[in-house]
Amino acid sequence: MTRISMTVDGVRYDDDVEPRTLLVQHLRDRLGKVGTVVGCDTSNCGACTVLLSGRSVKACSILAVQADGADVTTIEGLAGDGGELHPVQAAFHEQHGLQCGFCTPGMIMAAVDLLTENSEPTDAEIREGLEGNLCRCTGYQNIVRAVRAAAESMRTSVPSTPESAEAAEAGSRQGVTT
Amino acid sequence: MTVTEQRPGGEVGRDRRRKEDARLITGRTAWTDNLSLPGMLHLAIVRSPMAHARITGIDVTAARGAPGVVDVFTGRDVADLQGSMPCVWPVTEDTVLPAYPPLALDEVRHAGEPVAVVAARDRASALDALELIEVDYEPLPVVLDMEEALADGAPLVHDAAGTNRCYTWILDSAQAGTGADVARMEAEAEVVVSRRFIQQRLVPAFMEPRSTVVDPTGDQITMWSSTQVPHILRVLLSLGTGVPEHKIRVIAPDVGGGFGGKLEVTPEEFIAFAAARRLNKPVKFTESRSEAMLSAHHGRDQIQDITVTARRDGTVTGMSARLLANMGAYLGIITPGIPILGAFMFGGIYKFPAYRFECTGVFTNTTKTDAYRGAGRPEATFALERIMDELAVELGLDPLELRRRNWIERDEFPFTTAAGLTYDSGDYAKATDRATELFGYDALRQEQAARRAAGDTVQLGIGVSTYTEMCGLAPSRVLGQLRYAAGGWESASVRMLPTGKVEVVTGTSPHGQGHETAWSQIVADQLGVAFEDVEVLHGDTRASHKGLDTYGSRSLAVGGIALVNACRRVVEKAMPVAAHLLEADPADLEFTDGAFRVKGAPGAATKTLADCAFAVFQSHDLPDGVESTLDADATYDPENFSYPHGTHLCAVEVDTETGMVKIRSYVAVDDVGRVINPLIVDGQVHGGVAQGIAQALFEEARYDEDGNLMTGTFVEYTIPSAADLPDLVTDRTETPAPGHPLGAKGVGEAGTIASTPAVVNAVVDALRPLGVADVRMPCTPERVWSTIQAARAANGGELR
Ligand code: FES
Ligand code: FES
Repeated sequence: MTRISMTVDGVRYDDDVEPRTLLVQHLRDRLGKVGTVVGCDTSNCGACTVLLSGRSVKACSILAVQADGADVTTIEGLAGDGGELHPVQAAFHEQHGLQCGFCTPGMIMAAVDLLTENSEPTDAEIREGLEGNLCRCTGYQNIVRAVRAAAESMRTSVPSTPESAEAAEAGSRQGVTT
Repeated sequence: MTVTEQRPGGEVGRDRRRKEDARLITGRTAWTDNLSLPGMLHLAIVRSPMAHARITGIDVTAARGAPGVVDVFTGRDVADLQGSMPCVWPVTEDTVLPAYPPLALDEVRHAGEPVAVVAARDRASALDALELIEVDYEPLPVVLDMEEALADGAPLVHDAAGTNRCYTWILDSAQAGTGADVARMEAEAEVVVSRRFIQQRLVPAFMEPRSTVVDPTGDQITMWSSTQVPHILRVLLSLGTGVPEHKIRVIAPDVGGGFGGKLEVTPEEFIAFAAARRLNKPVKFTESRSEAMLSAHHGRDQIQDITVTARRDGTVTGMSARLLANMGAYLGIITPGIPILGAFMFGGIYKFPAYRFECTGVFTNTTKTDAYRGAGRPEATFALERIMDELAVELGLDPLELRRRNWIERDEFPFTTAAGLTYDSGDYAKATDRATELFGYDALRQEQAARRAAGDTVQLGIGVSTYTEMCGLAPSRVLGQLRYAAGGWESASVRMLPTGKVEVVTGTSPHGQGHETAWSQIVADQLGVAFEDVEVLHGDTRASHKGLDTYGSRSLAVGGIALVNACRRVVEKAMPVAAHLLEADPADLEFTDGAFRVKGAPGAATKTLADCAFAVFQSHDLPDGVESTLDADATYDPENFSYPHGTHLCAVEVDTETGMVKIRSYVAVDDVGRVINPLIVDGQVHGGVAQGIAQALFEEARYDEDGNLMTGTFVEYTIPSAADLPDLVTDRTETPAPGHPLGAKGVGEAGTIASTPAVVNAVVDALRPLGVADVRMPCTPERVWSTIQAARAANGGELR
């Protein structure tokens, strides 16, 4: 057992973990962060994607001990404190970028990272950027649309009310820092 | 009384954003694997590494003593408890129904078959203990190829059956009296084209691996399962294990996709059920992706020998399809019936006067097959649309022109085909015209001619596919004639709550389709309540005790009518209450825009359903004989299937030097009748087309010669990513379904059905000048390249 400490969605956790425990197992089984899901055992599907210190990572491809000291954001912590959706979440809803929703947590986290890297991606760049995340329901058509729309709204959003300013800030705090 | 069916500017037809999304985009989802119960044990399964073997010994001693392990058991240990896996569709009187124990007893017949189970305090301990179980196998001969399996002296998958033939099912229009004699047409034909097509084996590959939790500690044994069919599961669990049905509760919580892959009652569910009863503790089993690939049923896998006959003027005269359909080693709930769902569709939208279909189901030492999106109909449409292109080449006709000359015209509906189906409605010309316009068909043909003339290394191919499908599974009487053990009705209940809010219970069981949203739209219009004021309950046999679940594009086409009928009953029940409140005669009232009012008195007082609901809740002052409820149930069983249709066009660029296929443009024009929510319908088409393209270009489940699945993970079984798929152009025509109060047909499978032949036709079209007449799916670069090489060699290396 190894003692590790990490902050997940703004809450600090200290745990003893087996060295072989994957980050995604730790999140789901120990911390109850079941919003992050497991879709494969070969690190191909991306369903488990979370942000590790702001950058996306497949939580099944690293060990919990490797995330010692890290700041982890999962789909559960992406919305603002008052529940305001992150622009990427809002766009997935608005553009019907999900059906069964199983790929969605990972897809959204990967998209957040993609937009951090490239705030004005072309459709081709979005498709390439999300290559590591599989979806069986949508044919990706509306996922691409959603990411494009999110990019647009993140570029043009001018906080107009205290509430939305907070939301935007929360979004950038939790999702878009590098 | 008058009831207007839909409010002007109402909910139906609107692009409503989905209610389901709120939990799905924030990670607050109820996947089965998220569930954790006090004292719950975790199961892990030892699976056979052999495709066919006798089990001569299992040693579980070491595993029993391993840390965290609570129990280890084999099929023998639970022989009395585990029950046997049901097949509910023996398609003929003599269909072979082999014994199918959930945990193998003394023989395994495919790689991945469950052999022993560990129950431990946590998943990791359960998995660790698997390594400690020693199973001795005595290998038996393996049979994988269907034609070899049918040959004399072939190794038998089931010795007791004495044959690998599961059944032979025939539909002959001359014998059925629904059309002419195919054999005569073949003898007299001016043109005969015959081809063999291979429908490769596919994996449904829903993204959520299957998971089951069983809690035996209450009065009812509760099973949560990642299933499309909670109601069917409850009935079959009861029939299969002898536990009385009322002592079982099944819950399908949020389910992460199915595509037919979760239209199954699985050994893993039966094993978990047995484990929970044996240990009297809650248990959970969640499969890994690798286990899902091995043990969740596969789809397709047919050899299709197709013959079409025609006159020189392009008029088709006969269609004959002879199939071999791979059942795998065992029969899932509807394995034998899948090809039969296609049996009526090999004529598609064309007027074939003569029709013959013959299918033989074959056992092999492979994972069982069963429903995969479209279930039989993509296979049929593929064969038909491929051979129509070959016939067009033979006749020197443009493929679209050949189709035009043969399809059923809009004014010919209802049209009874030689296969015996009566198509309800359609406008094939309109959909095709719209598709060719969006596609720029003529311009692309010109470009193609120019590139052919120039001998470009990258050739342009244009693929056409039309389709219709029988969907909305359904008519119980027809299903009975086909020897399917269940009916096809669907049910709905509407509960008016005292405050005017509405709970709707549906017997359908969505897993990504957005029923909560679409059903709310329908109810909002029918009852004149707000979209937000409707809650849709489903997938828990305690809330929804009655239903036949979700598959075969049936939920809206059948369940939607049950819902509308239940809503109408609510309005009827409220009428005397409203009349009483308004001090009017019920006969003088009308229900419009969500309120009751006296007919022809625009400014007069109104009473809403909410008013009536509260009055009924109080029941202080109801007219005599009026019951204190507005709740209503309805069960609906249609008389016919519904028949959506469409035309899909695909342009591909094929690099003749590398074999690389790139989809340049794709246009889908579908007619699914009246649309409840266009956003959801488009999404269904996108996903369906993507899966159809995947069959055409990317996916194939393959076994090595020993029967090991070589495509056992997402590394080898390559479902497409965003980078592999094109941007789709989708559009619709709307020919309402007669007989459906909403005019809706069904859309779940349409995209999958149409897209595979459109893509392959395009690939073959691109390579036609090189002498290529077919490319086997999936059309991967290697396969396309080697097909080109073979054609070049055969033609002396030059363009034809
Ligand atoms: S579960 Fe991590 S990539 Fe599939
Ligand atoms: S929405 Fe179902 S897998 Fe993506």
